[in-house]
Amino acid sequence: MPKKYDTPLLDQLEGGPFPSFVTEMKKAAAKTDMAADALGQLERCFKDNRTHWKHGGIVGVRGYGSGVIGRYSDLPEEFPEVAHFHTVRINSIAGFFYKASFLKEMCDIWDKYGSGLTNFHGSTGDLILLGTKTDALEPIFAEFSSRGWDLGGSGSAMRTPSCCVGPARCEWSNINTLDITYAITQEFQDEMHRPAFPYKFKFKTVGCAVDCNAAIARADCSIIGTWKGKIEINQDEVANYAQKGMDIQGEIVNLCPSKCMSYDGKTLTINDEDCVRCMHCITRMTKALKPTGEKGASILIGSKAPFVIGATLSWVIVPFMKMEPPYTELFDLIRKMWEWWDEHGKNRERIGELIIRRGMREFLEYIGVDPMPQQVKEPRRDPFYFWAESDFAK
Amino acid sequence: MALPQRKTDIGPPHYKDYLPPVIQKNFGNWKYHEIINPGLMVHVANSGDKIWTVRVASPRLLSTDTIREIADIAEKYCGGYVRFTTRHNIEFLLSEEKNVQPLIDELKAKKYMIGGIGSRVSNVVHTQGWIHCHSAAVDASALVKVIMDEFADYFTTKSTPNKVRFAVACCTNMCGAVHCSDIAYVGIHRKIPRIEHENIKNMCEVPSTVACCPTNAISPDPAKKSLKINADKCMYCGNCYSVCPALPIADPENDGVAIVVGGKVGNLRSYPKFSKLVVPFIKNNPPKWPEVVEATKKIFNAYISGANKHERVGEWVERIGWEKFFKVTGLPFTFQHIDDFTIARETFRTAATFKW
Repeated sequence: MPKKYDTPLLDQLEGGPFPSFVTEMKKAAAKTDMAADALGQLERCFKDNRTHWKHGGIVGVRGYGSGVIGRYSDLPEEFPEVAHFHTVRINSIAGFFYKASFLKEMCDIWDKYGSGLTNFHGSTGDLILLGTKTDALEPIFAEFSSRGWDLGGSGSAMRTPSCCVGPARCEWSNINTLDITYAITQEFQDEMHRPAFPYKFKFKTVGCAVDCNAAIARADCSIIGTWKGKIEINQDEVANYAQKGMDIQGEIVNLCPSKCMSYDGKTLTINDEDCVRCMHCITRMTKALKPTGEKGASILIGSKAPFVIGATLSWVIVPFMKMEPPYTELFDLIRKMWEWWDEHGKNRERIGELIIRRGMREFLEYIGVDPMPQQVKEPRRDPFYFWAESDFAK
Repeated sequence: MALPQRKTDIGPPHYKDYLPPVIQKNFGNWKYHEIINPGLMVHVANSGDKIWTVRVASPRLLSTDTIREIADIAEKYCGGYVRFTTRHNIEFLLSEEKNVQPLIDELKAKKYMIGGIGSRVSNVVHTQGWIHCHSAAVDASALVKVIMDEFADYFTTKSTPNKVRFAVACCTNMCGAVHCSDIAYVGIHRKIPRIEHENIKNMCEVPSTVACCPTNAISPDPAKKSLKINADKCMYCGNCYSVCPALPIADPENDGVAIVVGGKVGNLRSYPKFSKLVVPFIKNNPPKWPEVVEATKKIFNAYISGANKHERVGEWVERIGWEKFFKVTGLPFTFQHIDDFTIARETFRTAATFKW
């Protein structure tokens, strides 16, 4: 029987309607010594008003430099079962679809070798096995990989790519987000498992500008589905929405950012040339409006959290790219970007930071993308710009 | 028992093997969807096939017992298929309408919290906090729990002018998406790291530690074979502690939570936006952080009473103006609100138009 700790502070977080993480930890603590000590240490954190974890020390599985994150207690004598309490990242499935049979098998392995605690999912999108000892890492890897599951990314590597639900269950998706995610993951296994970059690199792929996976804010490379044709209008369905109480002028036409719509009380009209494809009208009138024509993605680069120079959102680099297997154009672009970043990036410098440091021109020239007004909100305001020899030849 | 043979660089299984048959059949051919109630939607394919989705909240941290229970429920009603959303919700996928109500009944009986679809509060994106992170300035799961308990009705039944996306990051590294969320919390420190001079030479690389500081506050201290920190330049981000474990920054007396609001990632109507600082600091008060909940209620209530339909928090604030936001929420405005980092001058008012 695992050790039992009194947890008067954490117990206060078990009531209420939202499912309790404390209850989850207690369920695992009843079964594994590791989870019991993790719970005991967490109570201590709440009492001491601070974390009791520390980092440092490289752990992993043979042949890989990523997929496992070392974690250690700073109170190892008091909580010996979490003296080592490493995270294992399992590469999740595109779209986060699971079968019950796999989930049960996973639980059996994890109860045997680890704490029995998981995250579905981590912030990047891995299936997180939360807490195990160094000796258990090889057995866990053998159990998962022999069943067809591999480790995800960590450290200065390509991180586990993720995507929205896409065409699996969404009418708005312009691209096959699941397939792109799977293809990137398979194409760059070495870059994922053997960290050789200046720092981390994340991919997130979404089917449209609604961006249900925060691609534009949380990925070094944000792949956002879009289209080039007209929005097809079903006027009968427009009338149905109006009849059911939708104020089409107020809720749809007036909120259009490019003012490309009009409504005369009967017919909705869209000036497609001026549409910026923001998705507001389509999401509100999904039965009435449907994008048509050529489908593809905008490729944006550079978003990240605040370290070191402040948070960034991704910037449009390639306004439109077709997205069909075998994704040769996309992979060529990725390889070019990485080559430039590998060449010039400093330790712990994300690609977006490098673009700011060395200039967008150098980046665009290296990857072979022409300047286009779609890449900027506005042209520069200052008169301080460079001329290259190649500019004089033009 | 001998271990099975390990394989390397195989990647994850192919997604097609994990899709329910109705999705395999109608992949990329969905026509529209309808939100039937806050926890139930139906997608209709061009073929006429339908798939029902029942969404429930999750604390993200799940025990194997709970995962087995989810798997059992999926086997009973969903042919064994279940998925998770990017916000950690659990989604049960049904191809037969007759199973929908029995599933909902069982979920209710087992006390699952059903909802989160449409213009309302959804599950919270968050980080590990004190459960498993070395650099957490605040716990994350506890904040998620007290916020979601407070606003539970807005997940299960009530609606809001548009989606409200909460997020929690337990330090400024922001593994959670707080920099672009409607209402978000970030753990912050207020004192400079302590330098464990005797450990620096064994545990840290001096050049990379010097280089990681956003404000160039760290310099070598050759006499001590250690580092120096310029207290006037340090803004307590803790990045150096992640690079060099001999620079601990956790401080029970001075750590706490900041609240940022008005971010979004969608492109609908207006550009994606960063979250902006509205409460610079609330001292940690575990286990339930009541002051954080109170401050959030002020923001949330001002939003739902002031925003127009379809306006996200950030769109509402931009329409009324930040000066009015501070007026209607009653939150104090301080020196910490005025930016002095890399984009400061972009944030100063450059017009003579504003509200009193």
